[in-house]
Amino acid sequence: MSYRHKIGCSLENLKGVRDFVRKSLKGQRISEVMLNEIILALDEMCSNLMIHAHHCNPDHFLELTIEIPEKGKLVFEIMDDGAMFDINQFHEPDLENLVQEKRKGGLGIRLVKSIMDDVQYLSRNGRFVCRLIKKIS
Amino acid sequence: MVHIKRLQEDGADILAIVGEIDASSSIELDLTIAKSVGEGFTRIFVDCSSLEYISSAGLGVFMSYIEEFRDKSIIMILYGMKEKVHNTFQILGLADLLHIRANKQEAKQLLHELSA
Repeated sequence: MSYRHKIGCSLENLKGVRDFVRKSLKGQRISEVMLNEIILALDEMCSNLMIHAHHCNPDHFLELTIEIPEKGKLVFEIMDDGAMFDINQFHEPDLENLVQEKRKGGLGIRLVKSIMDDVQYLSRNGRFVCRLIKKIS
Repeated sequence: MVHIKRLQEDGADILAIVGEIDASSSIELDLTIAKSVGEGFTRIFVDCSSLEYISSAGLGVFMSYIEEFRDKSIIMILYGMKEKVHNTFQILGLADLLHIRANKQEAKQLLHELSA
């Protein structure tokens, strides 16, 4: 099974990303809490790219695909023509520092790393690909 | 996508969040809390019973007020979260940094204890 969704880089489209993920995973045996976590991780990855790599330009596009190669394993890929931001290279500050600096960012990456089992970066046909893997069994 | 209703009860401001908070709508939450503080409220409840979703942008708004509230002795208590929403706070350990209670009654009880 494979699902595909093209997204303009506007934060208004995050709702569409969440709806796409929810609809695509309908029928999978996932608890509401875990489904929300998966939706959250994809929302965070897309909003990060929209803001930091594309400055919310709606004429720039991301492509999100969902594949279920085997039972109990979900593979998400976000394809981007622009520069990819490697969250594995990002060392998130600790929570108390975030509180003291009154920073509103830095939490999303922490969420994605906590939720997903693996985050990989690759390039395919000249495009950057971020692959997120979640085991659900 | 998100609508925040405000009402006052026993001198406290109650912010009831209806809908979803993501990177496009977190500004609404920020503005509403800032308004409440600006109007001089020092007891703020956040009714999360109709909050369907929150992403890091919304969590970041709550985080950004922690220090200011400590300095100004403002107490903010969130209550009524759905399990999936509460889970998002728990993943990051924010449940330990913020005051979160299951329902309004427990939130009022906590306010009573913190105010004593």
